[in-house]
Amino acid sequence: MARKISILIVDDEDSVRDSLYNWFIEDGYRVECAEDAKRALSILESDDFDIVLADIKMPGMDGLEMLKRIKSLRKNSIVIMMTAFATVDTAVQALKDGAFDYVTKPFDPDDLSHLVRNATKQISLTEENEILKEKIVSLENVEDLIGKSETMQKVLREIESVAQSNASVIITGESGTGKELVARAIHANSSRKFFPLVSVHCGALTESLLESELFGHEKGAFTGAVYNRKGRFEMADSGTIFLDEIATIPPKMQVELLRVLETKSFVRVGGNKEISSDFRVICATNRDLKSMVEKGTFREDLFYRLNVVNINVPPLRERIEDIPLLVEYFIKKYCISMNRPLITIDSAALKRLEEFSFPGNIRELENMIERAIVVGNGKKISLKDLPLGKEMVNTTIESLDDLEKNHIIYILTKYNWNISAAAKALKVDRVTLYNKIKKYDLTPAK
Amino acid sequence: MDPENIILISFGYFEKGLLDIIAKDVIREFSLPVITKEGYLDLSEFYDPPRKQYNGTRLLKEIESGFSSDSVKTIGLFNVDLYIPILTYIFGQAYLNGRAGIVSIFRFSNEKYGIKTDDKILVDRFRKEVIHELGHTFGLVHCYDPTCVMRSSTYVEDIDQKSPNLCIKCKMLLRIPGVDTK
Repeated sequence: MARKISILIVDDEDSVRDSLYNWFIEDGYRVECAEDAKRALSILESDDFDIVLADIKMPGMDGLEMLKRIKSLRKNSIVIMMTAFATVDTAVQALKDGAFDYVTKPFDPDDLSHLVRNATKQISLTEENEILKEKIVSLENVEDLIGKSETMQKVLREIESVAQSNASVIITGESGTGKELVARAIHANSSRKFFPLVSVHCGALTESLLESELFGHEKGAFTGAVYNRKGRFEMADSGTIFLDEIATIPPKMQVELLRVLETKSFVRVGGNKEISSDFRVICATNRDLKSMVEKGTFREDLFYRLNVVNINVPPLRERIEDIPLLVEYFIKKYCISMNRPLITIDSAALKRLEEFSFPGNIRELENMIERAIVVGNGKKISLKDLPLGKEMVNTTIESLDDLEKNHIIYILTKYNWNISAAAKALKVDRVTLYNKIKKYDLTPAK
Repeated sequence: MDPENIILISFGYFEKGLLDIIAKDVIREFSLPVITKEGYLDLSEFYDPPRKQYNGTRLLKEIESGFSSDSVKTIGLFNVDLYIPILTYIFGQAYLNGRAGIVSIFRFSNEKYGIKTDDKILVDRFRKEVIHELGHTFGLVHCYDPTCVMRSSTYVEDIDQKSPNLCIKCKMLLRIPGVDTK
């Protein structure tokens, strides 16, 4: 069983001890407090603490003297000095005497969290990873990407092989093919899975908004910026950043992005402090980046920096055999979310879906199924529940007979197999229609 | 003693319907009845003029002593800027395994960060932090799961990254009979 990180807080002010105590308790640390250096040293004689957080200015023995005593007892102990009265001299002295860090009160909550996180990393990285592995239970995994077709199996193999490295990945594919899902699967199977996957939809933002979104900004950077804002690169520290629609990034941003990828550091908008962040990059696009490079609209050096690995997600029409699985998945998803009993799809409707070209790919299929569940009222999705207002292009029709057959099915379904109405719509007599039905062996969908 | 219900008390003006949205989320996560109320406090007593903020530690004590009891978990909802002495600001605070917590909506609006107003994000952040602080009152500490609502958030962007739900591990740790952990 992994042990709790323990923190000893040493400060003569009740309110400071109480605040820090409550703050660290919520993080699951073991916390104790001491009101002065003498009490702190007495506690340390009988108990081990991973981190000591101590005020410099205290009555009696001050924090710097206490620091020397602690270091002489336990050389590797982590002591963080804090004070409300920051001077360069005391800061330098504290660090010379072996303090892990020196901070000024009041802290930015994020700075305090960072500080303690860095300290615990030093204490035991391996132990911390074991704790994280125990605690995280549900993450997206490769099984959420559905498909038994050879094209999808190839994608899954590529995901599993690239996930283990830190290589940058460009995911290509038409709109609606599931590129973001692939990015999530790569992250979930990587060593970075315990840290955030941060997404940025580059195409949805103007250049100035994108800059602030990626790099963050300092308060006062522009009108209305009352507080600091973290950027996506910062949020992705230790994790992954997913840049969707990478082809839409303007030329000026491409230069900045390249620099960040190369140095893994950046400055917030309006700031001057360099911030480092260790992140992995995954990008996605439905454009041909190589031809954009040739035309000069996408930087070649950025392209090669990003395109270490390319995973192409096939369009739905190239993986027709996956449609039944996807339909089943979406039916289950939406029936559960709408609190409806599970339904199925009849064979005629499924066949029609398999014949459709799906320019919108999986997203379009998902929308169709969701709509069919909403508008349908039976236990099965049938042809009439599918949006036949839009022309459904049959990609496998070659003969005139096939064309005629499919059109007759369409009309019969539209008029609920009312032979008179269907015959009238087709501008043939009832006998002709009956003969066609017999010729093509058509039956109403059950 | 197991709590019988959860009380959300608003101090100050909140949009109509906001508390109902939050109450629904709380019921979903904690499977306890929720009562919403309007409360009154003279907030000037908690104001720190040099900081231009309100003392969260003292407000939390006030909620705990004046508005809570052993059979309930109470969250005070505010729309003023909160701090605790050691930090520049807090979004909220609660007693771990205690009776009370506080959350302020003040720092959740996009306008504070120079970004376009987004009421949906505002409500989303607020509801997540209410559930987060309630989680602390039920004994939950910060969770390492990046999507769990108990993940520590020091910036609003961190709040946006997590879901409004407790992860399975946190749900199992909750000491509420009958919580569905499926």
